[in-house]
Amino acid sequence: MEIPYTISNRPDTGLWNAKIGIWLFLASEIMLFGGLFSAYVFLRLDAPPGMWPHGLLNVPVGTMNTAILIASSVTVVLAWAALKMRKYRAYWWYMLATISCGVIFLTVKLAYEWPQKFDHFGVFIKPEALEKYEQYLGNHHLGEKGLPPRLEVSGHLHNPEALKDPNVKEYEVALDPVNAYPTNPSMDRPHFLYMPPTDKIGIIEKEDVERAGMFVPAHSTYFASYFTITGLHGLHVLGGVLVFLYMWLPVSQKVYQRNPEHLANRVEVSGLFWHFVDLVWIFVFPLFYLL
Amino acid sequence: MNDPPDVSPDPAEHEEYAHNVQQHVTRYVLVGITLLVFTGITVALSYVNFGTHKANIAVAMLVAMFKAGLVAAIFMHLAAEKRLIYRVLIFTGLFVFALFWLIYLAWYDPIVR
Repeated sequence: MEIPYTISNRPDTGLWNAKIGIWLFLASEIMLFGGLFSAYVFLRLDAPPGMWPHGLLNVPVGTMNTAILIASSVTVVLAWAALKMRKYRAYWWYMLATISCGVIFLTVKLAYEWPQKFDHFGVFIKPEALEKYEQYLGNHHLGEKGLPPRLEVSGHLHNPEALKDPNVKEYEVALDPVNAYPTNPSMDRPHFLYMPPTDKIGIIEKEDVERAGMFVPAHSTYFASYFTITGLHGLHVLGGVLVFLYMWLPVSQKVYQRNPEHLANRVEVSGLFWHFVDLVWIFVFPLFYLL
Repeated sequence: MNDPPDVSPDPAEHEEYAHNVQQHVTRYVLVGITLLVFTGITVALSYVNFGTHKANIAVAMLVAMFKAGLVAAIFMHLAAEKRLIYRVLIFTGLFVFALFWLIYLAWYDPIVR
């Protein structure tokens, strides 16, 4: 039995079936991401001073990925328009561009951004020991300027064995610029360009450490929400790429030959999903990268 | 790869529509460029000090809402859609509002606060 109303409108809803279907699905997606964003706002508003980090993510790379996602939103709508005008070849190219954008976005996230975080180390200092590490934290300087304090020393861990071996009593960290030059006014606010850890080594005794670890979800509320939301978003990008791949492969050419409007409608609904994924990123990017 | 032949059951039916689509293409590209420009603006504004951090967040969210509105209205065709879809979305909007209202609820403590 064939699925009815794939092209013509159903009399009672006034829409073809897939269109109402995708919007109901997107409504549930809005609730899914809405719940996560609501949790994000709650966690962030209740974070004690200094506990919500800034400037930990690579802004130029994030900006590039934002631009890639926006470009893919344009190409997918152009792919749909090409089908409407019965230009299959143009459709094929626009679809290829869309799929490429999705793949680049995911590659940058999974092969560059995330691994760079997994390789980065941070130590939260116990409140009573903060003064001892003033040379890395610069909290007197920040206090004078009315800025929130620094509670964490971060950089590249030079002695990874310290993570497991209880006999190693201290962490040796190649300090991030912010901890290497904490009183330099240029460190008061995050930088646009990524600044790698310096050659300056900081020694932090384990007894002064509240908790220490790589920049993984367990590191802090910030990274927990970052990895959860960008991870779920990345899964959506992957899902979109797979659906687009199916519509780009020769198997969908048969649908076009049978009725081009049917393929156009399929591209329209998957495009609606793709725009939604783009829309979520429009909020994710400033919230995690910039603010 | 050969372009498949156009075997639409009723080509005349879609001809006028296809003409409109051609006009829309320019608009889609323009919206895309606007979105890219505003991405740059968002990044630039985040390095401007608006006094408090909350003010910076408010400015960034306003720009993000404008961008999201463009995507929804033009790319997702919400500027001119059927009523049923608007109804679904209005309901969704109410429930999303409730999700954020939960934050207030979580803080509501008549004994201690």
